[in-house]
Amino acid sequence: MENTAIRAGGWTLLGFACLFASAMAADAPFAVHMGIFAIAALIAAWVSIGRVGSEEKRAFADSRRDVYYDEVIRWGTIATVFWGVVGFLVGVFIAAQLTFPWLNVEPYLNFGRLRPLHTSAVIFAFGGNALIATSFYIVQRTCRASLFMPGLARFVFWGYQLFIVLAATGYLMGVTEGKEYAEPEWYVDIWLTIVWVAYLVVFAGTIFRRAEPHIYVANWFYLAFIITIAMLHLVNNLSMPVSLLGSKSYAAFSGVQDALTQWWYGHNAVGFFLTAGFLGMMYYFVPKQAERPVYSYRLSIVHFWSLIFLYIWAGPHHLHYTALPDWAQTLGMVFSVMLWMPSWGGMINGLMTLNGAWDKIRTDPIIRMMVFALAFYGMSTFEGPMMSIKAVNSLSHYTNWTIGHVHSGALGWNGMITFGALYYMVPRLWGRTRLYSLRMVNWHFWCATLGIVLYAASMWVAGVTQGLMWREYGDNGYLVYSFAEVVAALHPYYLIRWSGGLLYLAGALIMVWNIWMTIAGKLRDEAPLTDAAFDPAKDRPLPAPAAANVAPAE
Amino acid sequence: MADNKRIDEPTGTQTVGHEWDGIEELDTPMPRWWLIIFYATVVFAIVYTILYPAWPMIDRATAGVLGWSSHGELEKKLAEQEAQRAPIMSALSTTPVEKLVASPQLMDTAVEGGRSAFKVYCVQCHGSGAAGSKGYPNLNDDDWLWGGDITAIQQTLMHGIRQPGDDQTRMSQMPAFGRDGLLSSSEIQDVVSYVRFASKQEPASESAQRGRAIFANNCAVCHGADAKGDRQFGAPNLTDAIWLYGGDRNTITDTVTNSRYGIMPAWGGRLDPVTIKMLAAYVHSLGGGEGLPTSDVGAEPEAAPAPDESAGNVIAE
Repeated sequence: MENTAIRAGGWTLLGFACLFASAMAADAPFAVHMGIFAIAALIAAWVSIGRVGSEEKRAFADSRRDVYYDEVIRWGTIATVFWGVVGFLVGVFIAAQLTFPWLNVEPYLNFGRLRPLHTSAVIFAFGGNALIATSFYIVQRTCRASLFMPGLARFVFWGYQLFIVLAATGYLMGVTEGKEYAEPEWYVDIWLTIVWVAYLVVFAGTIFRRAEPHIYVANWFYLAFIITIAMLHLVNNLSMPVSLLGSKSYAAFSGVQDALTQWWYGHNAVGFFLTAGFLGMMYYFVPKQAERPVYSYRLSIVHFWSLIFLYIWAGPHHLHYTALPDWAQTLGMVFSVMLWMPSWGGMINGLMTLNGAWDKIRTDPIIRMMVFALAFYGMSTFEGPMMSIKAVNSLSHYTNWTIGHVHSGALGWNGMITFGALYYMVPRLWGRTRLYSLRMVNWHFWCATLGIVLYAASMWVAGVTQGLMWREYGDNGYLVYSFAEVVAALHPYYLIRWSGGLLYLAGALIMVWNIWMTIAGKLRDEAPLTDAAFDPAKDRPLPAPAAANVAPAE
Repeated sequence: MADNKRIDEPTGTQTVGHEWDGIEELDTPMPRWWLIIFYATVVFAIVYTILYPAWPMIDRATAGVLGWSSHGELEKKLAEQEAQRAPIMSALSTTPVEKLVASPQLMDTAVEGGRSAFKVYCVQCHGSGAAGSKGYPNLNDDDWLWGGDITAIQQTLMHGIRQPGDDQTRMSQMPAFGRDGLLSSSEIQDVVSYVRFASKQEPASESAQRGRAIFANNCAVCHGADAKGDRQFGAPNLTDAIWLYGGDRNTITDTVTNSRYGIMPAWGGRLDPVTIKMLAAYVHSLGGGEGLPTSDVGAEPEAAPAPDESAGNVIAE
């Protein structure tokens, strides 16, 4: 009771402080953002007050050590699906804007503001929620222990959603640090830092509490992801606000140092967010869905450490042929080349886990999705080192080839492995016997696959066309094409890319329906397909040696 | 844990003995080909960093045994290009622009170079097909405001149109007849009627009749008594169907009321004389290029300054 009063009072105080900051703000976007903060704090206060009288029930539920704490994972699953659809929709729209420039609606819905909305929505909102939800799911099950500090986990979830809302509204209002994938301004960065530290506490605390002697490989990857993202976020966002009541800040670095810091961050956002984190996802769901042992323990150790060690140095390959000194470009390139096999280690370990169960690719649509994700992971982690080679980069840099590369990774690898994980988790999280429809998973798979193929193929052709046209010299030694002529030549490819995006979005909408109906408890009447077995009775923490159920407060 | 080891039946491989939520791990050795390629990329990386600039030391990085640098490579390639083009470029720089026609090879190179430079410097206003747009003339036709022979085009390029601070720029200013109260609004409507009559867009009318007199008193000094324009002032021909800003009643009313003051930059300060010569050749080749005025054939320098003399005020690129 007293605790609740203090908590509600604290939130209310914070809410009014934010309202005050909103009223005193130096610029309109800051006022809006402080208003959003205030609303969030007041909602938190309201919820705390509403809990009066039921604290004991809640405290008991939170302290239970004999079941997994899955509530926040269910929210995270729904948030993943929601933000995924938002992100894909914005992506389809900005692809249409590039094809038909009259779709740019000034100033709020122009390409310049919607593009970071798209990238942040798919990477941080869709991918981030997927990573948080699956990491909580996996860390409990592979440690055979319940989640550490469930209350803090709820804060992580809602705090992260607040970060997403602040980032997204900021982009539309034109608030940006101008750093790709790190656009939110200083006060949003500080908020994310708080949330991220809480995330680390929950995750690491659960690992410390494990009932298994060893830490499973998936958790190594998640831990590497959480810690490295914290470091990248802090360093790249070092900046000085112009006013403590204003949204604008200036970076601590300038010129080529700033560019290098940015791409050290940018490339490792790919490396540790989109690769390491999602490999953690893969290392749990692929063996579970295939019901097979992981292919090679030794490979997982060697490829983990080599991946972690090499990735962090590869950033300079984003700055080939720029003001960055030659030596740094060289190192960026050779570290990227060395990264090829460590990346492929994950693909081999995932694909070869199917050894002895290859027939499931034919019979189990979820496995098919995961295998496809691994295949695209392999393709893009080969393509990446190749594009980092300076001779290749001189053709590919600044062209749509890069866009194609990124999307074969994002749509093929990150998207498909997440869909697979969601399809695995949803029936188990909501206590259903199976998904509403496995056949609809198959439909999703084919829509997404065709979409990716159209997307990647059109962007490869567009990128190479663009690169070749830019460097085309005539017999007399003069450039043949003007910039606008190259833009005009890309129109048909942009149209194909847009249609690929539409197909991918259509697949995601099929998933929304399927997951919705599964949660509603419906089962579609259809011919059965193979699915992994599940025993709810075994899906719980190992009993601790003594006094397990009356766990002391954290 | 070691006691949990077992042989996995489908693969015949031993497990490591760990188990997490039902997941086991096989003790498969790392694929040989994977290791070999990994080592090969490491060897490649080491060799590459010996050959090229790579390892940061205290005050500088290792330079690499090949002595390669990106600046050096760029300079080498530029020098190669320059050496390859040197003969024709020096011929271009010594040949006056009006003499280019005599040498098809030189003319051809000049047109190609001009086409390339046009795409960098001119398309923003004149369009990539040089067809212009409102306020920016079409360069494909034979309707010239300031003259369409190659020396006149070069002069325009070199000094621009109404370029502030350039003494030799093409200069003229149409009065803002309405804004400055030189004509009443009904008089302006009359003169617009006349212009639209002269350009055969409207039938004769009383308004146009009144406008004829106003035109004669106010406009003819630049646009000519026959309204066919005068290149000395860049005054457009008002009797044809080509309009820089538009020939409808509203636009002409706006033009007469507020005047126009289109500016083209003087490129002489930004581009070298050879590039300007090439641009002149390219624009001249677009379809509307005119022959040199017959009196000028004896190489009269007053119409257009010779390239060499203008080289003095060019800031090298």
